[in-house]
Amino acid sequence: MDMDCTQTRNYMHAHLDRELDPVTAAGIEAHMRNCAACAQAYATQTALRNAVKKQAAYFTAPAALAARVRATAGAAGNYPGAKKARRWSWLPLAAAVAATVVIMWTASVQFESGMRDERIVEQVIAGHARSVLTNHLVEVASSDQHTVKPWLSSKLDFSPPANDLTGKGFPLVGARLDYVNSRPVAALVYRHRQHVINLFVWPDGKDASTTAPRSSAKQGYNLLHWDKAGMTFWAISDLNPEDIKTFAETYASAK
Amino acid sequence: MEPQTRFEETVMAHLDAAYNLARWLARNERDAEDVVQEACLRAFRFYASFHGGNARAWLLAIVRNTYYTWLEKNRAQMQNVEFTDDTVAAVDYDMATTADSVERLLQEDDTRQLVRRALEMIPAEFREVIVLRELEDLSYREIAQVADIPLGTVMSRLSRARKLMLKALKELDQDS
Repeated sequence: MDMDCTQTRNYMHAHLDRELDPVTAAGIEAHMRNCAACAQAYATQTALRNAVKKQAAYFTAPAALAARVRATAGAAGNYPGAKKARRWSWLPLAAAVAATVVIMWTASVQFESGMRDERIVEQVIAGHARSVLTNHLVEVASSDQHTVKPWLSSKLDFSPPANDLTGKGFPLVGARLDYVNSRPVAALVYRHRQHVINLFVWPDGKDASTTAPRSSAKQGYNLLHWDKAGMTFWAISDLNPEDIKTFAETYASAK
Repeated sequence: MEPQTRFEETVMAHLDAAYNLARWLARNERDAEDVVQEACLRAFRFYASFHGGNARAWLLAIVRNTYYTWLEKNRAQMQNVEFTDDTVAAVDYDMATTADSVERLLQEDDTRQLVRRALEMIPAEFREVIVLRELEDLSYREIAQVADIPLGTVMSRLSRARKLMLKALKELDQDS
């Protein structure tokens, strides 16, 4: 992958943190071999990272604090698992905020198995993560299906439905090409609140079979996969499974 | 498993991580201890909704949340000297031109005090991602969950945080 200085500066931090896919990482390395300025900037960031890791204090909890926490937990009357009606008795607002965090967390770690093709899942996750991490979401940015659909059909030998679903809370951001399952595929990009949804679509080469959506979760992402009218669909996002399901239903029923 | 054992394994096992984050956010021992104690109590009460996964990151999310609630309550008494948003927006200088001096600075033996002051100087939203990334070694995915930001924001937040650190280090060096 050929990278210019702007791209290299943008991806540099993800590279430093070992969060890039191998292809992009190799692109950065290749660029820095020929660009002294970028190599220098990377060296500075590396020096900073090492200094913080080595020099910034890791504060360990005082022994007295552990004792205090155990005493408070004991005084609260019960250990976790036993349910009592006291849980909302203090700081109601703060507690509600914390509860929201916990619920969102729980939703994101729930695991539903049933994957049939691990390799495709890996590629779908890589495609999604790469697009979000590098902010390379779309090659054609438009919420107009009459722009997106012709653009896709000019690049591919098929053209999936690309309806804007703004009215249903899932605005269409645009589309790009991606590469999954050894073939170019369409990646439609939708948004829901601040979350990005990538919908990968390609013809499945089978007859026009239709399967019910199957959900799965991996590496913190939620995926939904279904086949319809000879096309195979993979939706992926860091949204919770319910929102992904709503998205798939909305997409499928759009005319 | 005994509830008490579960509490020990899920919460108490990560007390150092909880305290470290609270200590860097609050920037003093007493407030950090109060925040951790309240966070552990919350973790204890909401334990039923923890269904596995990374317990440390789960607890850190609660610590962070507790800290910001605590900050709201105490804001009136606080006189923090922090960079403003304008300062943050203004930071976009070419790192290559300042690299030499900063790198020399970072290679000096006793940079501990310098790094600490620089990290304490930058705003909390940037300080926390540095702590989560460099000290807790969390992945972008985990940082997104703890800091309650979209995954796509983690890299740009870290990138700005590091630029602010370099700027703070340079300023501290000039002052000394």
